[in-house]
Amino acid sequence: MPTFTVRVFRGTAKGGDFQDYRVESDEGMVLLDVVHRVQATQANDLAVRWNCKAGKCGSCSAEVNGKPRLMCMTRMNLFQPDETITIAPIRTFPLIRDLVTDVSYNYEKAKQIPPLRLKPPEPDGTYRMMQDDIDRAQEFHKCIECFLCQTVCHVVRDHEENKKAFAGPRYFIKIAGLEMHPLDTLNRTPFYRDAAGVGLCNITKCCTEVCPEHIHITDNGIIPLKERMADEVDPIVWLLRKFRGGRKEPA
Amino acid sequence: MIREILKDQRGHVRGAVARAPIAAPHLRKDAWWALPLTVVIVLGSFVVYSTWAALQNAHYYAAPYLSPLYSPCLSASCLHPTFGGGLPDIQLPIIGILSPAFLILWGPGLFRLSCYYYRKAYYRSFWLAPVACAVPDARSKYTGETRFPLILQAFHRYTWYVAVLFIVFLTWDSILAFRFPVPGGGHTFGIGIGTFVLWINVILLAWYTFSCHACRHVCGGHVDVFSKAQTRYKLWHAITRINETHPMSAWVSLLWVGFTDIYIRLVSMGVISDLRII
Repeated sequence: MPTFTVRVFRGTAKGGDFQDYRVESDEGMVLLDVVHRVQATQANDLAVRWNCKAGKCGSCSAEVNGKPRLMCMTRMNLFQPDETITIAPIRTFPLIRDLVTDVSYNYEKAKQIPPLRLKPPEPDGTYRMMQDDIDRAQEFHKCIECFLCQTVCHVVRDHEENKKAFAGPRYFIKIAGLEMHPLDTLNRTPFYRDAAGVGLCNITKCCTEVCPEHIHITDNGIIPLKERMADEVDPIVWLLRKFRGGRKEPA
Repeated sequence: MIREILKDQRGHVRGAVARAPIAAPHLRKDAWWALPLTVVIVLGSFVVYSTWAALQNAHYYAAPYLSPLYSPCLSASCLHPTFGGGLPDIQLPIIGILSPAFLILWGPGLFRLSCYYYRKAYYRSFWLAPVACAVPDARSKYTGETRFPLILQAFHRYTWYVAVLFIVFLTWDSILAFRFPVPGGGHTFGIGIGTFVLWINVILLAWYTFSCHACRHVCGGHVDVFSKAQTRYKLWHAITRINETHPMSAWVSLLWVGFTDIYIRLVSMGVISDLRII
């Protein structure tokens, strides 16, 4: 069985450092299993948030060798035997202890998003959508809220002062899903331009790179939002809308 | 009970105000610098070469091939004016006659400069914001694309409209690449290696132009109810497929533009001769 050195951050916001643990890994193990082994055998008080161990709850986000990842989806055969694996808490959010951070920033941002405003139902009292209409938005519904995209986004990771005016990639795909919803009647352009700060995003695609659900956050979510903003100043789109209609109501 | 637990957790969580005290700016061990460095070398080399080639104002036409860096050729002094007589030449101090390349290169230049893919490439490699994921920005202040001049990136749509015009001009150049001059006057149909070079050039540029995110949005992405706009939906679907290859098309088309100019330049200078197939 290969033996690894895992270098885990231990401490709180007031102070802490990395501590090394030598630990054996069995075949088929993932990094979260190894952390649990450390917790069970060498550091009973190690704080780590986890739940499903199947890449679906989004709890065990951490920075492994400097890259934001889900520990439960990081197989140990990615690493060389005897390699030192560094595990740090996700760095954009306040630390509670060890590998556990306070991600409530994200929940506060979620509350600000204007929800779906449905158009009136069909004469028979029902709503109908075709699969073609909702395929785009369904991609965004795969999000497990692990907040890896939020933590890797340099807009808030490297510039704490931007947190007030920036919702982050997770919420841009939420907004994009609402904007593209076939039954929605609300125009959220002023919201995501001004309050959610989509203009702060410079499309460097780190959010897409770290997404464990492989959602095309930038190409299918953020860029379409930026293009919808551009629609507001495009005379050709303005002219087409004069004939076709299709403007939504402002939020 | 659950509500009480959540309430307690929320109270506890609000006590956390500072990030983990980790001194190292980043903990990445891989060669995160390799890709941005490659972009600096390749993109920087192209910018240097194309600027040099545009300043030459010579060797951009080897009948019947016109370099894409000079197409459409608009000045009266053009070796091969696209529209008959052409515009009056612009005289500049020291430099002399302004190269006709500078009359048109702003079009494709701005299209690439505001392209969503190139923005990623140069924000990372030249702006260092960020140079790689989870590696800190080089600057302490960051306002993204919310202020002048970067707020003008929102006008990528207009540059795409212009880029489509260039595809028309370059297609015309590629058609003319079948029309070889005959000694003593007149023209004859023919195919040379340069004909292939120009056709590959326009096909690659069309691939890049029509896989653009702005194109995808204008052609169908703006629609909310696809089932009521089937043509736009099919168009959007098709463009989405090629949009996935947009980074590839951005690089391949850029490098082929450079290669096309070099090929025509060398033929024009007599360094190599264009092989006639027909």
